[in-house]
Parts: sequence; C-alpha cells; structure tokens
Amino acid sequence: MECVFGMVGKGFALVVADSSAVNSILVHKSNEDKIMVLDSHKLMGASGEAGDRAQFTEYVQKNVALYQYRNNIPLTTKAAANFMRGELATALRKNPYMVNIVLAGYDKETGPSLYFIDYIATLHKVDKAAFGYGSYFALSMMDRHYHADMTVDEAIKLADQCIEEIRSRLVVAPQNFVIKIVDQDGAREHSWRRTTKD
Amino acid sequence: MSIFEYNGSALVAMVGKNCFAIASDRRLGVQLQTIATDFQRIFKIHDKLFLGLSGLGSDTQTLYQRLVFRHKLYQLREERDMKPETFASLVSAMLYEKRFGPYFCQPVIAGLGEDDKPFICTMDSIGAKELAKDFVVAGTASESLYGACESMFKPDMDHEELFETISQALISSVDRDCLSGWGGHVYVVTPTEVTERILKGRMD
Repeated sequence: MECVFGMVGKGFALVVADSSAVNSILVHKSNEDKIMVLDSHKLMGASGEAGDRAQFTEYVQKNVALYQYRNNIPLTTKAAANFMRGELATALRKNPYMVNIVLAGYDKETGPSLYFIDYIATLHKVDKAAFGYGSYFALSMMDRHYHADMTVDEAIKLADQCIEEIRSRLVVAPQNFVIKIVDQDGAREHSWRRTTKD
Repeated sequence: MSIFEYNGSALVAMVGKNCFAIASDRRLGVQLQTIATDFQRIFKIHDKLFLGLSGLGSDTQTLYQRLVFRHKLYQLREERDMKPETFASLVSAMLYEKRFGPYFCQPVIAGLGEDDKPFICTMDSIGAKELAKDFVVAGTASESLYGACESMFKPDMDHEELFETISQALISSVDRDCLSGWGGHVYVVTPTEVTERILKGRMD
C-alpha cells in the first residue's frame, strides 16, 4: 500500500515516499520515484492511482515551469498549492484525479512550508502530513516525536522511525523508501531506505 | 458515511443586542482520522459580514473563493459593501445553480445590516434560506447545538455575555460529536469592533 509523508523543520521541509509500483499482487518495480521536483525549491510527493499520479504531477510541473517562463518569477509554494487545488477541484465533478499530494517548498520570504492536498481538493497548510495506510503509523510517530524547528538530523531520525513502524506493522509494507529534502539551497534527493535492490 | 460528514464541522451564530457572534470548531478530519486542528471555517467577507461554511472542506474552499470573487466585483461596481440580506440571497442563488450536482456545504451567514441591526441565516446545500431571530446552527454537531442553544440563549445579551453563551453552547455540543471539536474559534462583532478568540476545549 502506498504511503507518502512529510514534515517541516528549521529552514527545510522533508518528504518521504515509498517506491513500489504495484498491480494487484504483483510488484512491477520497487524504485519508482513518487516525489517530483516541481522546480528548484518545491517537492511534490504524490500517492494514489498510478496513471492519475503520473499524469497530474507532470501536468502541474509543466504548468509551474510555464508560469516561470511567462512571468520571469517562480511561483510561491502557496500559489503552487492553490493552483493544484484548483485543478483538482475543477476535475472533481467531471473526471477526478485520484491523487493525494504532500507539497513541500522553500520560499525566501516565508521559509519552509508543507501543504496537505486531498484527492477531493481539500487544501491545508500543515507542519506534518501523511497519506495512505502508512499514515496511521507515520502520523502517530510524528505526533509523539515531532517538535517545531527540528534539525535535519532529528527529522531524518524521525522519518526513519516512521519507516521502521510502517515496515514492522503494515501487513503489505512497501520495500523501499525515498527521502527528499528542500531548503534554501534547493530541492534534492536526500537518501533511499532499501530492503530490496532493483 | 455521508459526504457531509467526511470532514466534520460545527458552526453556530447567535444574535445579541446590536451585536452578533459566530463560532466554529477547528478540526479537519478525513473520516475517522484527524488531519489538522487549526482549520478555518469562518471567513470575513467585509467588516460587518461573516460567512461560516460547514460540510465538505473542498467545497467550502471552492464556495468561499467564488463568493469572495462575486463580492469584490460587487464592491467595484456598487462602490460599497454588500448588505447581509443581499449576500444571503447571492449564496442561495449560487447554491441552487448547482441543484442537480450541489456543493456539499451548509453556510451560516451573520452580519450587521441597515442601522447595525444583526442578521443571521443558514441554508441547506441547495440554498433554502432559513432566517432566524435568535440563533442558527450547522454541521455534524447541529443536533446537539440546537439543544444547547435553545436552553442557553436569551434575547438581547450584550457582547460579553453573548461570547460566554456561544462558547459554552459550542464546546458542550462538539464534546458529544466525534467528528468536530479540537477547540473553537469565536468572532464577536459589534458596530465598532470585531473580537476574535480561540477556545480551548477537550482536545479530542
């Protein structure tokens, strides 16, 4: 079962996602990257229907880039979040995208931020977010151990604790996880947590 | 579970002497799971008009954005703010437009009209207005709220007493509803000022 979660720390935001691509009982691949780098300072972790996920995330990424080309200034994280919500809301009553999104971004003026965007287009700015069956474990671990202004090391340690919980307590736990981070230096892959090689 | 109960909400508005109060809970949930405890359900349209939206979170956000857009256009054309009665009619019309594919929201509108006379109303998801002289309620905790408000309400309360009454009614009602709660958000509006307060209740 897919899971994505994220949290905000001191001057950075973190997104963790599993990397399994599953069809019924078959695992097609376990190195699928579900955290898209939207632009230099934004990360979008998406979970849900595989086709909708790829389609929607690419659509958003290209539109964010287009805005930057047209207006010579990148979108803020809040603006990108609201754009995504608008697209999901418009499509909701026609042809809904079954995609849940955790958007993490860093803006020079406002610092790091994290947005929870449901597949029904509910948008909320949060400090910690999680989707999927893994959310039951990740959110509880974060509720216990998260505090404001964590360092990168503390946040990675908490992410590892969440992954450990998911691995040990979820019956069909994903095999590998990817961790990506965004701070003032930009959005980048941080590390992988593998149990299988692919 | 009904779509109106997907996110969980509680809203109440009360009339006092030349003032009104509107209050909401703060929980944003996805069925049984709580996502956030600081969700905004009450929005200011202008200094003397507040809109509370209960029901599905996504539709409350969409509806709020559409209504702010319409009100800003109105302000540009008419060079004044909308009266609460007019705004209520606007909301009702917009909801009925979607009669066969509705927004899953129940709005609560509270404002100070002509001569600063308090005005409150609620409507169902397809725009059936319900004007009241004392209080209106909406959300998953509405049944508890009806009982609490009916017993606690007195006409012509001043703004201090009104704040106490609406807070007690809200907190006691959401404590009996698992889908709403995690504190309260109360706005008390008089002709001269707007007071915003956060309530701490049972944080569950």
